[in-house]
Amino acid sequence: MPKIKMPKSNPSLDMTPMVDLAFLLVTFFMLTASARVSEPVVVDTPSSTSDKLLPENVIMISVDDQGHAFFNVNNYDVRIRTLDRMAAQYKVTFTDKEKAEFAKMTSFGVPIVPVPGYSGALLKDYINMDENARMAVKSPGIPTDSLHNQLGDWIQFGQIEAAKQAQEQKNKAEAAGREFKYEPLRFAIKADGKANYIRVKEVIKVFTDRKIYKFNLITNLEKGDE
Amino acid sequence: MAEVNTDDGGGSGKHGKKRAKKSSTRIDMTPMVDLAFLLLTFFVLTSTFSKPKAMELTFPVDPEKKENQIKVKNAITFIMTKDDGLYYYNGEFYPPNNKDGMPPTTLSKTNFSKDGLHKLLLERYEPTLKEIHELEDKYKRKEIKADTTLKRMLNEVKGHKDALTVLIKADDQATYKNVVDLIDELNVCLIGKYAVVDMMPTELELLNAENTK
Repeated sequence: MPKIKMPKSNPSLDMTPMVDLAFLLVTFFMLTASARVSEPVVVDTPSSTSDKLLPENVIMISVDDQGHAFFNVNNYDVRIRTLDRMAAQYKVTFTDKEKAEFAKMTSFGVPIVPVPGYSGALLKDYINMDENARMAVKSPGIPTDSLHNQLGDWIQFGQIEAAKQAQEQKNKAEAAGREFKYEPLRFAIKADGKANYIRVKEVIKVFTDRKIYKFNLITNLEKGDE
Repeated sequence: MAEVNTDDGGGSGKHGKKRAKKSSTRIDMTPMVDLAFLLLTFFVLTSTFSKPKAMELTFPVDPEKKENQIKVKNAITFIMTKDDGLYYYNGEFYPPNNKDGMPPTTLSKTNFSKDGLHKLLLERYEPTLKEIHELEDKYKRKEIKADTTLKRMLNEVKGHKDALTVLIKADDQATYKNVVDLIDELNVCLIGKYAVVDMMPTELELLNAENTK
């Protein structure tokens, strides 16, 4: 009797569709991904039903769950100019390298000059650290009290410099005969849900003292439960 | 790795003739697939989808002066305190033994749930809500043509002097989340007139008495 021969099946399978799909997804994620910026603090914002997107041109104050305030400006140019103004105001000098490094940073929460009761890293030291060391720093927040209102100065100079920069861009655009589109500077407060409201109120007071009354409170989009 | 070459070597046995080796047209794609999935995983994990949303809030220009100005009949004041506590009182605040001879204000307790705050607001805001819905119906029936007109009329209704005015106050122990939740609830209920203001000392006393109960 002849033996029945089992057909030898090829153990390899056609992976082409899978690879196609994988690369499609990779491409999609690469194009949509915006690199997650490493912030010195994790801020867990409360949720709301608001679906307005956060404006681009913004001065952002983060408040972590301990109530420490952090300052951030998105605009690269304005960051450096603001630092210059602050340096002049507080008589601290920064090298060009430090300025460039500062422009690359995200938010920070260290004082620029020493304040009573704090002996840790100042802004200059903080800039000179590498990223890992920065993460390890326990930021005390930018002082907001009336005697050492550094946050107020940051906001004020940031506002002035942003306006100046916008004006310069406008002049340039007009000289070149282009239309100038300007997104007005907004002020955003990104506070942790667990933060004491009183701390957020202090930050708001810094703003209202400078005649800024309109804010964007940053929230997450609420997941509907109804 | 996944490819098993079943070719026996180009048939070099029978005739002793050397033939060109027939090479397989398939290439081993496994490393490429590995890499593709590695990248895929990386991008899936690092990409952030939820863009931050922003809620607009305008503060009164001069809180202290403004508060004195609010002498509206139809006001409700919310006071937030520790452990997500939420109290409210209607109308104006009367301290005990006030010179107007009014009974002293007492705080009522409510909470952030759907049956608490949301229901309360809807009840208090009902007249204005009715008007808002009427306007929207009119817009749907094309009695109001332009949406800018609708918006203007809605703002008029919301800002009417008899419409409910909400004052938001928080003590030292309230969390930021409470404040945002409350403002969000006001937005959901389409309330147009609200302000975050500071607490008066007399109110704080009343609140402390309530808290220690």
